[in-house]
Amino acid sequence: MSIPLYILKRILTAIPTLLIISFLGFFLMRYNFSVGPIDIPVGQGQVIHVLDRYTFKNPIDPLAGYRNNPQISAAALAEEEKRLGLDQPMLVQYWLWLTNLLQFHPEELLKGNLAGFFTPNLGKTFSGEDVADLIARRAGNTLILNLIVVVLTWLIAVPPGVFSALNWRKLSDRSLTVLSSIGMSFPDFVLALLAAKFAVESGLFPLGGIVSDQYELLGFFEKIWDRAMHLVLPVFVLTIGGLASLQRQMRGNLLDVLNEEYIRTARAKGLPEDKVIYKHAVRNALNPLISIMGLTFAELLSGALLIEKILGYPGLGQLTYKAAIDTDTNLVMASLIMASAMLVAGNLLADVLLKLADPRIELEG
Amino acid sequence: MAGVQETKKHRPELEQLQAAFKRIRQDRIAFFYLILLIILYLSVAFADFLAPYGENWFDRELAKAPPTPIYILDEDGALSWPYVFRYKREYDPNTFTQQYVPDLSQKYYLHFFTQGEPYRLFGIIPGNLRLFGVDAPGQISLLGNDINGRDIFSRLLYGGQISLTVGFLSLFIVFPIGMIYGGISGYFGGRIDNIMMRFAEILMSIPRLYLLISLAVILPPGLSSTARFGMVVFILAFVGWAGLARVIRGMVLSVKKQEFVEAGQAIGLNAFTIIVRHVLPQLTSYVLVAITLGVPGYILAESGLSFLGLGIQQPDASWGNMLSEAQDISNIIERPLMLAPGFVIFLAVLSFNVIGDAIRDILDPKSRSLVRR
Repeated sequence: MSIPLYILKRILTAIPTLLIISFLGFFLMRYNFSVGPIDIPVGQGQVIHVLDRYTFKNPIDPLAGYRNNPQISAAALAEEEKRLGLDQPMLVQYWLWLTNLLQFHPEELLKGNLAGFFTPNLGKTFSGEDVADLIARRAGNTLILNLIVVVLTWLIAVPPGVFSALNWRKLSDRSLTVLSSIGMSFPDFVLALLAAKFAVESGLFPLGGIVSDQYELLGFFEKIWDRAMHLVLPVFVLTIGGLASLQRQMRGNLLDVLNEEYIRTARAKGLPEDKVIYKHAVRNALNPLISIMGLTFAELLSGALLIEKILGYPGLGQLTYKAAIDTDTNLVMASLIMASAMLVAGNLLADVLLKLADPRIELEG
Repeated sequence: MAGVQETKKHRPELEQLQAAFKRIRQDRIAFFYLILLIILYLSVAFADFLAPYGENWFDRELAKAPPTPIYILDEDGALSWPYVFRYKREYDPNTFTQQYVPDLSQKYYLHFFTQGEPYRLFGIIPGNLRLFGVDAPGQISLLGNDINGRDIFSRLLYGGQISLTVGFLSLFIVFPIGMIYGGISGYFGGRIDNIMMRFAEILMSIPRLYLLISLAVILPPGLSSTARFGMVVFILAFVGWAGLARVIRGMVLSVKKQEFVEAGQAIGLNAFTIIVRHVLPQLTSYVLVAITLGVPGYILAESGLSFLGLGIQQPDASWGNMLSEAQDISNIIERPLMLAPGFVIFLAVLSFNVIGDAIRDILDPKSRSLVRR
């Protein structure tokens, strides 16, 4: 199957998947029965009934927090209610949500206005912010963090992986294996706690946020420095977390490749050893890692919630977590659909990259 | 035909397991971690006996108290039976802080095999014998007390009962479902395979974290602790089975081309029997490795959920929710021992990983013949 056809087929199969996820998510958000009736006893066997159990007739109000926000005008509230169609049956509401999301304007493309092509109408968060803006900002934070982490992890993990494989079962390989076992087993959130402790005690690194309070007053290079310092801790914790498994993977792959016939052939025809290893073996051993990269990337983008929470990094994970707890439906739905789409896209990207790197691989839809 | 089935069964997978265990005993590192793991499990199983205090024992006057040092020398420097002092809280008007200082007026001697709080061992056997303790109102705390004045060491043992079993219980749900689902999908192939795998892919396309949170958030708040424990197990299993089913399906696809499957079909065995009795046992070594390497993931997932306050909830202890107190940075700076649960999680996860690796090395013949340089 040719690559464009394959991509098209995968995108077509992804559409029903994403639809079902959004459908499940939508109904889970509205019909979750988590908040039962809270009865406060007031003596003599009497209780005050505070909250109703949410039932099919009485689903969760997606604007509960929005309604209670004093900064929101009545007009804005009415507009949101109309946009969500709260007075209509639930299926119609889902349909409205979907059509609000899928605002494609191909005619804008012809005018050369790229930004106008896809303008999803995602509504407002409880605090009155625009959901699309907020998610874009947070996704930017998460993206920067994860790009750095993925690149660093690769740069640091691959050489020891190669080294380990070439020194198979020697002392150096064994010690690296012990080290990577430890690295793989150390819970990342405990590492984050230790990092936070270190940051506060030493005062070397700022904790929380992406910039300092006085950021706006800084000069250009100071601004860059300030941002970099805020990234150090999350990057460190996330990189350590991914390092060990990637090193092992690389070691295993290279060991497999070194066993292949063509490596023996290369040696038999008298190729110098370092050429055999670096030109033939290592390059082929890197291929399977590409699919891992796609997955890691997608997984990371959905947010390393625990680490974001502990280190106070304003990424997507923390945003979604808080929104889910507050039942901020607009925000949760937008975040869910974006993260799922990213996961699907990440998988697809990985498969395509793998095919490009290794033409022997057959693509099956 | 009946005669063929009656003959003594050849069970290559059982022999494989026995061989694997033998090899583990020869691998010194793996054997060390196996022993460590057994010790961990035994200590949490006998938490009632080993812990000086019950899970919910508390002393408000000792909230956030540091560990009590155990003295073995008396005032004159002579060797004495080990004893501890009770802490008393003092308020420093200059720094506006509270601190604990030992109350030197009264010694509390350490007793072994002493009578403590009553308990039911394994939920059945009543008893009140505890390995060690001191007379009230003295308190012996090896790791200090938490914010409610509960003994962290005791809670660590009780918390392990939950944290170390959640993973196994989830796997008991994940593996049968994943294997049968993947087995059916791979064995029948065609349209059935297509539909079943699409469904699994939908589950896998929801980011793990979102699925975990959304399932945990909808748990009703009024659940009893047993029910909540069950739900957490179920949630973890629900999130985990699809990935396994896909791998199993891939393996079944290659196994089903072998002759014994055809033979089974020829003698008229039904599909389910072929899948469960003949195809799936071929995957024993993979499954064994996957289980051992799978447990850490579940231990970590449980501790992560509980850390967020979505999994096991107070007053029940779990290693995850004990760590959530450490989220307050000032807590871990003043009392780094709060991170003790993190260290035990690390030990348990490390043990499973090392043992899993060792089993894989043994069962996967490919890795044995590797590298002919």
